[in-house]
Amino acid sequence: MNRMWAIVEREMRKFFRSPMLMIMSMMLPLVQLIILGNAFGGKIRNARVAIVDKDHGPQAVKVLEACDAIAANIRTFVTIPYADEDTAKEDVRQGKVDAAIIIPEQYSRRVYAGNTPSLGLVVDNTDQFTSSAIEGEMQSLVNALNQPVIQPRLVNNIALKVVELYPYIQYMKFLLSGSIALAMYISVMIGGGMLYIDDKARGVHEGYLVTPITKLELVMGLNIAGAIKAVLSGISLTVIGSLMAGLGTIFHPWAMLQMIILIVGISIAFNGMMFLMMVRVDDPLVPRAMFGVLNTLLFFPSGAIYPIAAFPAWLRGIAFVDPFTYAIHGLQSILLKDGGFTAIRNDLLFLFIFGTGTLLLATPLFKRTL
Amino acid sequence: MSVATPATNAINGNGNAAGRQAIAVENIVKRYGDFEAVKGVSFEVREGEIFGLLGPNGAGKSTLIRMMTTLIPVTAGRALVAGHDVTKDSDEVRRMIGVIPQAMTSDPDLTVEENLSIYAKLYSVGRAEREKNIQEVLEAVDLLKWRTAQTKTLSGGMRRRLEIARGLVHNPQIFFLDEPTTGLDPVSRIAVWEMLNNLKKRRNLTMLLTTHYMEEADRLCDRIAIVDHGKLVALGTPVELKRSVPGSNVVEVQFNREDDNWPQRLRALQGVTDVQSQSAGVYRVLTSNGSRTTTQLVEMAASLGEKLTSLSVQNTTLDDVFVHYTGRQLRDEQVKAVNFVMPPRPGVQP
Ligand SMILES: Nc1ncnc2c1ncn2[C@@H]1O[C@H](COP(=O)(O)OP(=O)(O)O)[C@@H](O)[C@H]1O
Ligand SMILES: [Mg+2]
Repeated sequence: MNRMWAIVEREMRKFFRSPMLMIMSMMLPLVQLIILGNAFGGKIRNARVAIVDKDHGPQAVKVLEACDAIAANIRTFVTIPYADEDTAKEDVRQGKVDAAIIIPEQYSRRVYAGNTPSLGLVVDNTDQFTSSAIEGEMQSLVNALNQPVIQPRLVNNIALKVVELYPYIQYMKFLLSGSIALAMYISVMIGGGMLYIDDKARGVHEGYLVTPITKLELVMGLNIAGAIKAVLSGISLTVIGSLMAGLGTIFHPWAMLQMIILIVGISIAFNGMMFLMMVRVDDPLVPRAMFGVLNTLLFFPSGAIYPIAAFPAWLRGIAFVDPFTYAIHGLQSILLKDGGFTAIRNDLLFLFIFGTGTLLLATPLFKRTL
Repeated sequence: MSVATPATNAINGNGNAAGRQAIAVENIVKRYGDFEAVKGVSFEVREGEIFGLLGPNGAGKSTLIRMMTTLIPVTAGRALVAGHDVTKDSDEVRRMIGVIPQAMTSDPDLTVEENLSIYAKLYSVGRAEREKNIQEVLEAVDLLKWRTAQTKTLSGGMRRRLEIARGLVHNPQIFFLDEPTTGLDPVSRIAVWEMLNNLKKRRNLTMLLTTHYMEEADRLCDRIAIVDHGKLVALGTPVELKRSVPGSNVVEVQFNREDDNWPQRLRALQGVTDVQSQSAGVYRVLTSNGSRTTTQLVEMAASLGEKLTSLSVQNTTLDDVFVHYTGRQLRDEQVKAVNFVMPPRPGVQP
C-alpha cells in the first residue's frame, strides 16, 4: 500500500508544484461557458420582419397591434410594413429581412365567419435559430388571438419580466454543468492520459517497473492520483462557474455535499474510461489525437449543450452509454433543479459502476513489463 | 585466465576465479518478432566486481540489461540475479537490484530529496532508514548541498549523480547502470567514474554497466564483455583483452604521400602483426615490439627517400581489441552516434 501512495504522492507533488494542469483544464470550459453562454444565451432580438396587410380589416389591425406589442416588449422582432407580398418574399430571400408575415385578403371576414382563417409566415430556414424563434413567437401570437383576451396578456407579461431580469444568464446556468464535466474530462485527458503516456515515453515507468511495486499498486496509484486531480478541477470550476452564472447552489451545504459525491463519481468514471483507452498506448501522439474526437463524441451528445430529447435515435444511443450524459444529468439536477439525492441516485450508480468496470477491464491489460 | 571467446565457455572459464557469482546469464536470447536482438549470450558476474558490457549502439546492451532487470521477458535461456531467476522470481530480483535506465528519469519538477524519498517508498524502506539512506547516498554522490533544490536546476552530470543515488537509496546488492555517462561532458564523466569507484570500494557493491566508451570500460571495469550484433565476442579483464590481440603496441604513421606499396613494406618490418589503413597515407601498425618496428620504419623511409609527416607509438587499446574481434572500429560507430551536432552557421564565430 505504501508503494501505491508513493505513486500518488509523486503525482500530487507535481500537480501542486506546477498549477498549469489545473489552469489548462479550466481554461477551455470557462471560455466556452462565457462565449457560448452569452452567444446562445440571449433570445433572438430585433429580427426584422416584413408585414404585408392585404386585408385592412379590424382583425388585421389586431394582428398588427400584437406584433407591435412584441416589438415593444419582448423585442424578438420589429415589423416593417410592406405594400406587396412578392417584394416581401424577395427581401426574405435576399436576407434584407428575416421573415415576412402575410395577412391575406378576406382575413377578417374569415375570422368572423370562423372559416379557418390563416396568417402566412415566410421564413429563411437557412437560419434555423432565428426562424424558429420567429415561428415560436408567431405561434404564441396566433394562440393568443385564438383565446380570450386576458390570459395571454398575463402570460406575455410574466415572460417579459423573466427576460428582463436575467438577460443572458439562463443559458449559462444550463451550460455550467457541461463546463464542470468538461473541465474534469480535460483534467483526466491531460493529467491522466497525456502525462501518463509522456511519462511512459520518457522512461519514468521503466523506473517504476524495476522496483518491487505490484501491478495493482501501480494501477491504483496512477488512477487515484488522476481521480484526485479531476475532483479538484471539478470543484474549482463549480465554484468559479457558479459565481459567474449567478447560481447559489454552492452556498447550500447539503447541495454541495451531493455535488462533491457526484464529482467523485464522475472523476472515477472518466478516469477508468481514460485508463482503459490508454493502457496499451505508447505513442505520445495518440492521446493528443484522441482529445478532440473524444471531446466531440462524448461531450456533445451528452445533453450538455442541447437537450437529449431533441436527438435522433442513434445519437441517443451514444448518449445512453456516455458517462458524460450521467454526469451532466446529475450536475443539472443539483445545480438547476435541486431535485434532492434521489434525482442523482441513478447517475451516481452508473458512474461508479462504469468507473469500476472500466478499471477492472484495464487492469489485466496493464503490462508489468516494458 | 585466458580470454573467453564466444560465449559458451565463458561460465566455465570464470569458474576458477575467486568470488561468488552475483549474476549468471546462460544462453540468453531476445527476439522482437523476427529480429533477434540478443543471440544467445552467456557470462557471469562475480560479487563485488564492476562488469562492463561494451559495444556500439544497437549491439543489444540495453536489451540485455532489461532482461536482467525484469523489464522485458526473456525469449530463451535464463538469467540468475543474486541467485534468483529473473523470469520465475522477478519480485525477489527487483528487491535485490538498483537500476539506472539509459534515459534520465528523475523528475524535474521534484526536489532532489523528493526524488529519492519517493523511490525509497517504492522499495518500502521505512521512515527512519529512509532518512539515513538518503543522507548517505547524497553524501556518496556529493549532492548534499542540493538536497532541497528542484531537479530541473541541476546540470546533466548532477542529475546523473542524483539518479545513481536514487538507484542506491534502498541499499541494493547489485547495481545496473545503462550508459551512465552518455551525454555527459568529459569533466562530469570523470566525476561519475570516481564516484562509482568509491561506491564499489565502500559498499562491496556488484555493478554491471553498459557503455560504448572504450575509456570508460578500460578505467572503470574489472572485466569487460564485448558485445556486437547481439553476440558476446570477447570477455576478460582489460589487460587480458589487450593481451589477446596480436601485438602489444600500435605504431601510427603518416607518410607525406599515399603509395600502394606501403602496407606490404610495413608488414615486412620486424614484429609487425597487422597493418590497418586509416586515411590516405595513414596506417596503424600492430606490433609486438614497438621500439624495434619504429626504428626500422624510420630507416626504411629514409632509404626510400620518403618523408614521414607524423609518427606515434601507443600501447594497444580496447579499440584495437574491438577491431580485432569485430573487424570494425568502435570509434566510427561513436562518431555516427553523436553526429547530431548542428554545424555553425556560416560567418558565425564558434
Ligand atoms: N522494442 C523493440 N522492438 C524491436 N526492436 C528493438 C526493440 N528494442 C530494441 N530493439 C532493437 O534491438 C537492437 C538492440 O537494441 P539495444 O539493446 O537498445 O542496443 P544498445 O543498448 O546496445 O544500443 C537494436 O537493433 C534495436 O533496434
Ligand atoms: Mg542502449
